Amino acid sequence: MLNLFFSISATKTNHILEPILTINNLTKKFGYLTAVKDLSFTINKGNVYGILGPNGSGKSTTLGIVLNVVNKTAGDFHWFDGNTSTHNALKQVGAIIERPNFYPYMTAEQNLKLVCRIKGVDHSKIAEKLEVVGLLERKDHKFKTYSLGMKQRLAIASALLNDPEILILDEPTNGLDPQGIHQIRKIIKEIAANGTTILLASHLLDEVEKVCTHVVVLRKGEKLYSGRVDEMINSHGFFELKAEQHQDLLSLLEADNSFGKIKVEDELITAFLNAPMSASEFNKLMFSKGILLSHLVKRKESLEEQFLQLTDKLN
Amino acid sequence: MLRLLKIEFDKLKYNKASRILILTYFILLVLIALFAVIKFDIGPVKFHLAEMGIFNFPYIWHFNTFIAGLLKFFLLLVIVSMVSNEYSNKTLKQNLIDGLSKKEFILSKFYTVLAFAFISTIFVFLVSLVLGLFYSSFIESSIIFTDLEYLIAFFVKLVGFFAFGLFLGVLIKRSAFAVATMIVLFLVEFISYSVVSAYNRGTDLADNIYQFLPFKSLWNLIDQPFSRLSAVKAVANQVGEDLSYDYAVHWYEIAIVLCWAALFIFLSYRLLKMRDL
Repeated sequence: MLNLFFSISATKTNHILEPILTINNLTKKFGYLTAVKDLSFTINKGNVYGILGPNGSGKSTTLGIVLNVVNKTAGDFHWFDGNTSTHNALKQVGAIIERPNFYPYMTAEQNLKLVCRIKGVDHSKIAEKLEVVGLLERKDHKFKTYSLGMKQRLAIASALLNDPEILILDEPTNGLDPQGIHQIRKIIKEIAANGTTILLASHLLDEVEKVCTHVVVLRKGEKLYSGRVDEMINSHGFFELKAEQHQDLLSLLEADNSFGKIKVEDELITAFLNAPMSASEFNKLMFSKGILLSHLVKRKESLEEQFLQLTDKLN
Repeated sequence: MLRLLKIEFDKLKYNKASRILILTYFILLVLIALFAVIKFDIGPVKFHLAEMGIFNFPYIWHFNTFIAGLLKFFLLLVIVSMVSNEYSNKTLKQNLIDGLSKKEFILSKFYTVLAFAFISTIFVFLVSLVLGLFYSSFIESSIIFTDLEYLIAFFVKLVGFFAFGLFLGVLIKRSAFAVATMIVLFLVEFISYSVVSAYNRGTDLADNIYQFLPFKSLWNLIDQPFSRLSAVKAVANQVGEDLSYDYAVHWYEIAIVLCWAALFIFLSYRLLKMRDL
């Protein structure tokens, strides 16, 4: 089984790193199955993190542990500076895990009032947060009459009630229709833009790529990599090329040390760089060799490609 | 404590089934008063329950707490479902994530149990007081306020019974199965008690053992009041049956039930703490 874990921190640089969640050597065993193995990482304030992995990879288990619903087998974790109990720390955390869980017989407003009571927040926030997720006019409808998309949006409103230090989202778009997915992503982006720390778990790579920038990659609960998404593998990117003189171009590329792997698909040549080189530099070089390019694109690997390369190396 | 009670109160208030059950329970408590109007008047046989002394102070405390004790099943359903619904709606998980600790969760349920038991006791007290003032032959305050220990026993009985229900709700997570389990446990205790006492006729062995078991200890708190009625006594004397019976509420009976209640609450907490949700 492949356990994949990404943690991504954002571009916003902090002067002082203020930890929000610190995990040390965390292990969780379900009988013989080790879902999380000796896992350590830190989440710092102001960053946007993502957790990425296929279904059943243990990312929900890790979130469950830090959210006080799953018992750890070994290791430890603490919220903030480590001086508050987990349940008190959770009052400053907003979290949605898997499906939205509310009392079906209560209206949106009644449900949120209950959350306010638990978190010790004033009721005045309710209208404001319902507005953020566009549910204000449905506040007096019972939760059970909501569509899945609305339920998920209510869950986000609920998680935001306390203006949390960190927002934890586990598979927030799972099971939603395209419109619902779009709405949720828009809301998440708005929240991220306000400087709220976000921890996003998803099995959808493009979802993580669209919102987050730093990663910690884990496999079977073990950390493979931590850092920025674009530095995940040592890559200088690659060129996609087309030219009339197809064979000449190919032999030139093969002779050049700057290029590693070269892939050919019909007319299109993909050349991976071993050393940094800009597109204009390359164009100039080709021109001096008498090759006129009809197509030149410089690209970096997508998160998915990087991710596959990283895990391929270990297989 | 108030915060936890308010949280639980909100959850119950909006639940239609709970609302109906709670309402039914308290209406039935009031309907105890209807015993007063049971009246047969068939030629020579005149039977008026209120005039047979069941509403005489201080006997009324015993009679009414016993009858009201039989109605506790309605609230049991509320208690069990208020726990098992948290599992089936997965709101328990959400409550914990929102920052309620597992301890606070169990405490909020336990405080609700205490509140139900307390309100029931006050209710029975008021209903009995009014009924007594209407029908009792003696209304001197010294007589009215004797034997109030039945109300304490009633309170403890409800707390013990509901704590049992709470524990089964946490253990089994499904209301119907939890209630069914309780019934099965009751039958097991009742049948085994019958067997043990049948094999040890003439000794107190069965009672000595079973007074420590949950259902029997609850039952022992308030003994059946019927044979205490003067009318019944008169009949018994005629047929030569000796009905001398210890009706009193004993401290050790209360202590046993309180131990069970504490154990059930503690086990509920341990169970919740151990479980991965």
